[in-house]
Amino acid sequence: MSTPADQTEAFHQRIDEALHNDQLRRNFRSALTGIMARRAEQFPDDAQLQALRDQARAVRANSLVRQPELLEQLETKLTGNGIQVHWAESPEQANAIIHTILDAAGAKTVVKGKSMVSEETELNHFLERRGIEVIESDLGEYIIQLAEEPPSHIVAPAIHKNRVEVAELFRRFHPEIPYTEDIDTLTQSARQILRNRFANADAGISGVNFAVAETGTLCLVENEGNGRLSTTAPRLHIAITGVEKVVEKLSDVPPLLEILTKSATGQPITTYFNMISRPRQPGELDGPEAVHLVLLDNGRSRIRVDEELLDTLRCIRCGACINHCPVYVQLGGHAYGTVYPGPIGLALEPQRVGIDKVGTLTSACTMCGACGEVCPVRIPLPKLINRLRAEAVDGQRSDAGLPGHGSLRKSGEAVTWRVWRQLYASPRLYRLFTWAATRLRALTPPRLGAWTRYRSAPKPASRPLRELVRQEGFRHE
Amino acid sequence: MDRPDSIYFFATCLVDLLYPRAGLAGMQLIRREGVDVVFPDDQTCCGQPAFNSGYRDEARRVARAQLACLARDIPVVVPSGSCAGMIKHHWPELFAGDRDEARARAVAARTFELTEFLVDVLDVRLSDLGEPTRIAIHTSCSARREMGVADRIESLVAQLDKVEVLDQARKAECCGFGGTFAVKQGAVSGAMVNDKTAALRATGAGRVISQDCGCLMNIGGAFDKQGDGPATQHIAEFLLERTS
Amino acid sequence: MSEARERILKRLRANRPAASPAPDAYQKPLGWDRERRIAAFSERMQAVRGEVHRVARDAWTDWLARELPARGLRQVLVGNGAVGDQLAERAPDGIALRRYDQPVEAWKASLFDDVDVAITAARAGLAESGTLVLWPDAAEPRLMSLVPPVHIALLDVGRLHENFAAAIAVENWADGMPTNALLISGPSKTADIEQTLAYGIHGPKQLITLLLD
Repeated sequence: MSTPADQTEAFHQRIDEALHNDQLRRNFRSALTGIMARRAEQFPDDAQLQALRDQARAVRANSLVRQPELLEQLETKLTGNGIQVHWAESPEQANAIIHTILDAAGAKTVVKGKSMVSEETELNHFLERRGIEVIESDLGEYIIQLAEEPPSHIVAPAIHKNRVEVAELFRRFHPEIPYTEDIDTLTQSARQILRNRFANADAGISGVNFAVAETGTLCLVENEGNGRLSTTAPRLHIAITGVEKVVEKLSDVPPLLEILTKSATGQPITTYFNMISRPRQPGELDGPEAVHLVLLDNGRSRIRVDEELLDTLRCIRCGACINHCPVYVQLGGHAYGTVYPGPIGLALEPQRVGIDKVGTLTSACTMCGACGEVCPVRIPLPKLINRLRAEAVDGQRSDAGLPGHGSLRKSGEAVTWRVWRQLYASPRLYRLFTWAATRLRALTPPRLGAWTRYRSAPKPASRPLRELVRQEGFRHE
Repeated sequence: MDRPDSIYFFATCLVDLLYPRAGLAGMQLIRREGVDVVFPDDQTCCGQPAFNSGYRDEARRVARAQLACLARDIPVVVPSGSCAGMIKHHWPELFAGDRDEARARAVAARTFELTEFLVDVLDVRLSDLGEPTRIAIHTSCSARREMGVADRIESLVAQLDKVEVLDQARKAECCGFGGTFAVKQGAVSGAMVNDKTAALRATGAGRVISQDCGCLMNIGGAFDKQGDGPATQHIAEFLLERTS
Repeated sequence: MSEARERILKRLRANRPAASPAPDAYQKPLGWDRERRIAAFSERMQAVRGEVHRVARDAWTDWLARELPARGLRQVLVGNGAVGDQLAERAPDGIALRRYDQPVEAWKASLFDDVDVAITAARAGLAESGTLVLWPDAAEPRLMSLVPPVHIALLDVGRLHENFAAAIAVENWADGMPTNALLISGPSKTADIEQTLAYGIHGPKQLITLLLD
């Protein structure tokens, strides 16, 4: 069993590997610099951006307040439309539901559109172990499936690879295709490779960006057309999504869509916005004959411990916080070791998975606030990360509330902070301390762990400010 | 707000012990505008280090000790975006439901970051008496985002006609300090400050100024370790030096 | 799995946050007249490599008769609606007109491999984002706008809304959604390799809008 100490050590080991991979860091720096610039271009008018964020925040907040009713309404509407709804509390349940549906349909090959929720359940491995072939059809997902890696970014899963690395993968797995590092040619190769797969797959699996309760509609956002193909070409379509993705009304969708695509990739809109409300109807000539929706909880319902933490669930998975995170750009997504990396990962994963398991993640934040500034639904990410740090080291351990609450409290650290508090909460002691530190500055240690690996050690001044203000005749009281 | 007769100067623990000249310069800049500057003797620290490490009880105890010495209804001026942000935005949160909540809120409401105070309240007019120079500005993340006062340091420097401000790549990116982050995630912090110092060096500036001593300690310490880098200086010292 | 359903709903109800005010229905009126809408639609569509041509309402078959052969598009897929009928009346020489008149399972390989271009109507357009709105149906099925390498859409300029919010409101979408509703803004594209845009990944490589008026 892994202890909190193991967790911290493993995290630091992954960080160390990432920081020593210069190519990886160059790939991230270059990709993210471009994405940030493109996002900024989409929001030339700050007042309009802030108004749109307010609207998107309100839509998502409302849907969370009314979530149980909206889920029931969604289920009723979808069922009435002929879409079958399944509920899963855990990844195991979700995978079993999907496998049962595929099995009953005799489906042996599946094309998949991009779905982060299916990463949570490790669906591909589950199905492959049961003899079902799963082909990721989003280009980025296809690349990392070849590389047998998890996504390193929730929107751009292969962002950590450059064209040479992609070309090498294609050479290894498709030796029949002439080697090229040209991105347009690689893209055309992927088109050729995957086209037959779409034509011949028995089933398609996709995620969902928004599920509209009012009309029973599943909305998917994409650029490539692989999502449309996965949800249209095979006879069977299974969608999987988190229970928080429901929104109340169709009119809630346009502001979410606009701010999602602008925030995520700096596009005014994606190539495709695909709204699915029914399976193939009598007389219609294509589209799946059966459509299923799997609603996954997987820890989400317990995130609603209080209203501050609930804000986490407003997330629409645009990845803007990740793109703007100065820590993520140094490390990339794999170092985090969780399904969701970056600031949203820091806020979400300890709540979803447990502080005892991934609470150390919250140390990977300088509180710079760049994430909160760009979040399209105004999730106060730094505040949540700070809150989770407090939950992690709280001395009053309790089973109520967040899983793993208090599990990262270390007695040595707690003592250090107690001493710090005694010093800084007592003006008398503090004055003594500054007096001594300035007089004894020659004794300041020249090495201070990690700090002095990159910087020289700070040295107290010869006199603290409180003494200088007297000399300069300032009033003190 | 109207120009006050007097203010509290909340120097911050970092300035008190490591950068007292920056604190003194900030006080002198305000005093020469005809405002009585009061230094509360019992001040220590805003509590931010513990707050950002999850130790909220400890942070509250230290912050509570400050409330007592900032009691009068006069502005509190802080030569640091991050400590000002702690007082202004996190004290109300830290004291929510506490017997001192009202006092904490009152102090928060009259707290200003130094450059914010110089521009918004004192509307200072500066005349540059220094030699022509080229500098780069590093605005702390808390001044930029939490306090929203990134443009104040720029507008103050813009009043100095012999100072040229050089553009840097990735200006809004964090320098990697983050308080205890620099210790807990030392390697990441080191990578970040190396990127930041590289961007600042590339400007060719002879000096880097900032409104936050945490960033200066980080960036200046890295320049020092690397050798042969630009000087680093707090904005208050820089302004005082250029104008007297 | 209804046990899962009950337990999830129970947890959601147990942890219910205080109500926040429901958001106002979102509208973003721009006050654009017809010409402004046409200009914006064209500009946005062309910015993502979509072609836009303004064609007289009764001249689109002429345009196709000229352009299809010129572009080497010979295997032409049409639906069973008015567009297919009108084009069938005067199919240009050298063009094989194919009707989508049987379930896809009966001819999937041919649909994926043999068709050069599909021609459909668009239900509406969105000016602000340069978007076609399609509601595929029995007459013009879903895969027409997706599988062939070229998609040509006919859009009446009178059906250009300012934006998505306006289309939903004006056309009362909430009263009855179709099996599948689509917003299409340009040809298929990806930026999954080095965040560099490449067109024509899985969907059409070219998207041509004929703006009819």
